[in-house]
Amino acid sequence: MKTILKYEGSFEGLLSSVFYVYEHKLKEVSIIKEEHYEPNFFDHSITILSEPKKAKGVWQGLSKKISPKAKTKLYKAFLSETLNIENTILYYIRKGLSASVSIENDFTDSEILHIEKTVKKVDREKHRMDAFVRFQLTKDGIYFATIEPDFDVLPLNTSHFKSRYADQRWLIYDIKRNYGIFYDLLNVQTITLELSKDIHRGDKASLYFTYEEIEFQKLWFNYFNSSNIGSRKNIKLHIKHIPKRYWKFLTEKKN
Amino acid sequence: MDFKRINEKLEILADAAKYDVSCSSSGSNRKNTNKGLGNSNGMGICHSYTEDGRCVSLLKILLTNHCIFDCAYCVTRKSNDIKRAAFKVQEVVDLTINFYRRNYIEGLFLSSGIFKNADYTMERLIAVAKKLRQEENFNGYIHLKSIPGASDELMREAGLYADRLSVNIEIPTEKGLKLLAPEKDRKDFIKPMEKVKNEIIQYKNEKKLLKKVPIYAPAGQSTQMIVGASGETDAEIMYTSAYFYKSFNLKRVYYSGYVPISNDSRLPTIGSAVPILRENRLYQTDWLLRLYGFDVRELLNKEHPNLESDIDPKLSWALRNLDQFPIDVNKADMRMLLRVPGLGLKSVNKIIKARRYRKLNWEHLKSIGASLNRAKYFIVCDSTIFETKDRTSAQLKSIILSNSSSKFSATLSNQLSLFDNPNTLSA
Repeated sequence: MKTILKYEGSFEGLLSSVFYVYEHKLKEVSIIKEEHYEPNFFDHSITILSEPKKAKGVWQGLSKKISPKAKTKLYKAFLSETLNIENTILYYIRKGLSASVSIENDFTDSEILHIEKTVKKVDREKHRMDAFVRFQLTKDGIYFATIEPDFDVLPLNTSHFKSRYADQRWLIYDIKRNYGIFYDLLNVQTITLELSKDIHRGDKASLYFTYEEIEFQKLWFNYFNSSNIGSRKNIKLHIKHIPKRYWKFLTEKKN
Repeated sequence: MDFKRINEKLEILADAAKYDVSCSSSGSNRKNTNKGLGNSNGMGICHSYTEDGRCVSLLKILLTNHCIFDCAYCVTRKSNDIKRAAFKVQEVVDLTINFYRRNYIEGLFLSSGIFKNADYTMERLIAVAKKLRQEENFNGYIHLKSIPGASDELMREAGLYADRLSVNIEIPTEKGLKLLAPEKDRKDFIKPMEKVKNEIIQYKNEKKLLKKVPIYAPAGQSTQMIVGASGETDAEIMYTSAYFYKSFNLKRVYYSGYVPISNDSRLPTIGSAVPILRENRLYQTDWLLRLYGFDVRELLNKEHPNLESDIDPKLSWALRNLDQFPIDVNKADMRMLLRVPGLGLKSVNKIIKARRYRKLNWEHLKSIGASLNRAKYFIVCDSTIFETKDRTSAQLKSIILSNSSSKFSATLSNQLSLFDNPNTLSA
């Protein structure tokens, strides 16, 4: 009989589940986010509570056999939120801990290759957010941006924005996952907000943003259009680089 | 700030700067010091893409489009009847800072028409960069144009503030330059490039010995050539390119398909197509030279003065050198793997790592990401099934072409006829 471990969705929760697998020497096991769980007649399910101590223990324990680089890969794969990624991560950990040589470059193993490919997708999305964030200066002096990334990449963006925009207060908010990161000139913290519904409406912009802000947006919009070479038009390539789902956040692509 | 006036200037001076194709913001190593604004280390970021599919990474503008020169291929040439404008130093600084703070850009790419003389122009460009660095504590990316003929002292100063410097040689051959820009001399382009090269070498040497040396143009130098304006062959372009890479340690050479902007009889007429496919083949060749270990003479020579347009230059080389294939992916060295059509840098890297675990077969290669529809004719692997037929290169070429579709298939038929028409290319 297979054991299903349900966890609340955090990385700590996943690592606590891994702890449980080792503690109870489970062979037939599957880890799943609670929200995705559908009761099943044959399997036996357990709810795992997230325990920081156990999670930390697992994370440090991995270092015996798994390199820091590969550990980062596991974390990034987790952020993909792909269904069933937990079990690929568990497979990787089990194989990595039991092997006598490093397994990290064995791309002939389809699950290891799957981690590799998932990480590539997450990295691309993280990079896109570094690129596509568009700050708008609010009347209370905060550079504010909203995003809606395909994966939960915001934690990966923190250090980039912190070291780049060290002298301005900024807030990047993931409206899909309803949390953001806020920099107050000293530290970056994770916050949750009630955002006004009309904050994205062009006709309401002057309620929230400064006059200069709106003028700079126009300048940027016009600059963007002036730098295009009409006789080289290539919309297919354009959309490949900036898929349409990001347009609503891009000052230069909004009407 | 008078936003209306700035907007007019911005439209004119961005439009005039857009033919400079470089928009790279990578390769620098400037950290954000003392809680200032910005940094530029490692990878560049493309913040947007224009509708022509090009990266927008920097605020790319001219300081002014007033110019004392009359180069036929250039849109800001003296005799062209266009709107002229000029930014003040402070206006460029304000635009850069405000765009940067909103995460629109990685930094500034500042070029200029030449007003009064070379040094006067270069001084103004430096003034912008200096102000950004010293007054605004700006650590983002700055790319300045080296003005042909600028003095050594100014080039030395420019490198202290800029991450990258570039001089566009524009016309690949000296005879082309004489025809299209008779007032200009190749030597004027080379002089600032030489100075910057020597300063970079000196900086690197001093850095080995001393702790604190002011950084100098950390992202190096680049240049650009216009393709299809003066009737040059691909070999002429790429030999010039190889010469500049070697002699001046350039980071990049850019190739810009000539966009017709003039009715001058020396040039392709307005309305003729931009040679986008040819430009693409030249870039592929450039990549083979810089990253794949090819020598330019292997790809272009007396017998083959032009690249084939229907297949890429690596495949073209492989078909001319069938005696070197097939190779065994489980044994071949990196140099040879990189020469296999259908294997790129990333797949070669994965192959080399993965084959330590076990011998690779077709399935493995496919999931790693190799393009087997091309590669399979040039390799063997851990499998008893492989291409055994002895085919001539012409046969192979037609098989590969019929099994793949080029993203250029539409342009290909157009441009082939363009290449066949002697009037469009020989100016």
